Amino acid sequence: MKQEKRLNTDTLYKIFIYVALITLAIVIIIPVAWVFMASIKENQEFYGSPWALPNGFHFENFREAFVEAGMGDYFLNSIVVTSLALVFLLVLSLPAAYVLSRFKFVGSKFINGFVKAGLFINVSYITVPIFLMLLGWDQSLRTLFDEGFFLNNLVVLALIYAVTALPFTIFLLSSYFETLPSDFEEAANIDGAGYFRTMFSIMLPMAKPSIIIVILFNFLLFWNEYILALTLIPGDKKTLPVGLLNLLAADRAAVNYGPMYAGMVIVMLPTLILYIIVQKRLTQGMTVGGVKG
Amino acid sequence: MNRNRSRNIFIFTCITPALVLFSLFMVVPTFEVFRMSLYNWGGLSGNKTFIGFDNFKVLWNDMNFIQSFQNSVLLIVLVAVITIVIAVFFASVLTKEKIFATNFFRIIFYIPNILSVVIIAGIFSAIYNPRTGLLNSVLGLFKLDQWQQQWLGDQDIIIYSLVGALVWQAIGYYMVMYMSGMASIPESYYEAASIEGAGKFKQFSAITLPLIWNNLRTTLTFYIISTINLSFLLVTAMTGGGPDGSTEVFLSYMYSQAYSNSTYGYGMAIGVVVFTFSFVLAAVVSRITKREVLEF
Repeated sequence: MKQEKRLNTDTLYKIFIYVALITLAIVIIIPVAWVFMASIKENQEFYGSPWALPNGFHFENFREAFVEAGMGDYFLNSIVVTSLALVFLLVLSLPAAYVLSRFKFVGSKFINGFVKAGLFINVSYITVPIFLMLLGWDQSLRTLFDEGFFLNNLVVLALIYAVTALPFTIFLLSSYFETLPSDFEEAANIDGAGYFRTMFSIMLPMAKPSIIIVILFNFLLFWNEYILALTLIPGDKKTLPVGLLNLLAADRAAVNYGPMYAGMVIVMLPTLILYIIVQKRLTQGMTVGGVKG
Repeated sequence: MNRNRSRNIFIFTCITPALVLFSLFMVVPTFEVFRMSLYNWGGLSGNKTFIGFDNFKVLWNDMNFIQSFQNSVLLIVLVAVITIVIAVFFASVLTKEKIFATNFFRIIFYIPNILSVVIIAGIFSAIYNPRTGLLNSVLGLFKLDQWQQQWLGDQDIIIYSLVGALVWQAIGYYMVMYMSGMASIPESYYEAASIEGAGKFKQFSAITLPLIWNNLRTTLTFYIISTINLSFLLVTAMTGGGPDGSTEVFLSYMYSQAYSNSTYGYGMAIGVVVFTFSFVLAAVVSRITKREVLEF
């Protein structure tokens, strides 16, 4: 009798768990899937039930988003900024992380602490001073050359993205370099390889798994970022999230939903595809040392 | 000697670019925030006069700031509590129970974390839309019409609508964090407890919770920092602080003071207060939740 009762509560518990799991899965997946569905609806369909399936594939929305709302240009801008920022980030962070984690020199402890303190600096706080600093530089340039350089410049934006990601990236790469045995460097030294040669041909290739995690994380970060992009690019060389922001505001006012949802699909599709390919690495890598933006 | 010199050159070349740029674009602006907060800085004209702590005195009596303060604290507390309960529950279910398709659920739950805040703002505008929104139509479907609301129009409700969006995007991230902590707890503990007759809830409170305590504590700091930041990004993209300042949070108020109002000095004073507040809050929380670390 007692055995049976226990079995019953166990089954009930199991059912409860599955209901909870499936509910959360639905709550997460349905809104995302709904955006995809909405992106191919015609405008008058939005006045009916939100659950109605689209009447057909209205790809006109995507054309409107890409061409008229400029999302095509913004897409290219985003690709330029994101890839440049990743290149800058790796070029700056890899040598620094390698030296800071494996060399003792005068001030190395201080510099390590200095960079780690950067983990506490949040981009949202310093956006305004960065903007004012670039504005000041541009104004001095204008008195000399009639032209600014630092604002409205995708390369500068990419560089600033890379720099704001430095503390965390150096922290992550350092903790990996620290685990490597020093035998490799000693062997390279005996074979007559200089410091640069040792770093480029022996140590950096070994850090490949960490480098991949760095690229994945920061791709998402740079691709999705909008507050710096909004502030530092007041002109028309916008990135995708800023373009989408305008589309959200404009389309809500003009009640033209289709292109807005098409724009959302354009922004999130690359990240979703990447996530599906690498989801295992991403969720495992996160536990190596995750700090949330 | 020669080797020593080339070592120094190597070290210098490797760290200088990163350090110079880090100082220029992160350290200097941070100091600027503190310095500017002491000035009356009138926008683009560049008129600035040193006024000491006057900005902070004004802040003390600024009802809009106090409103944004209340909103931020409410968001931090609610988002942290709700997310912890849900994330810990699902983490323990996915690590401890034999679930069909564990991986599938983990992958799905993590999806919101890879989406841009702008996307999340768009998604939740669609969910909360009063006429054709998903939430109201689901409530209508279940004949719960009296629960239908102006989710983004009603000043008393909108802040809770933001909680919903923030929790939605946070669950997966923290769940994965807690799962990694729970996965390292040896299975034998649970077997022993089960033989002793401890039920699932008892096992959870006597084994899982104490052993992931440190993990939980670390994430409390993350909740504080990331809620301040994400609520700002979400509010800016979704409501712009409205209606009538009812969703203004710390940093969105700072931003609107600095840009729309062009009072940079005052905006930066808000930044200083928020930064200090988050630091102190994190320190206090980490102090009260300190327990002896259990080894296993």
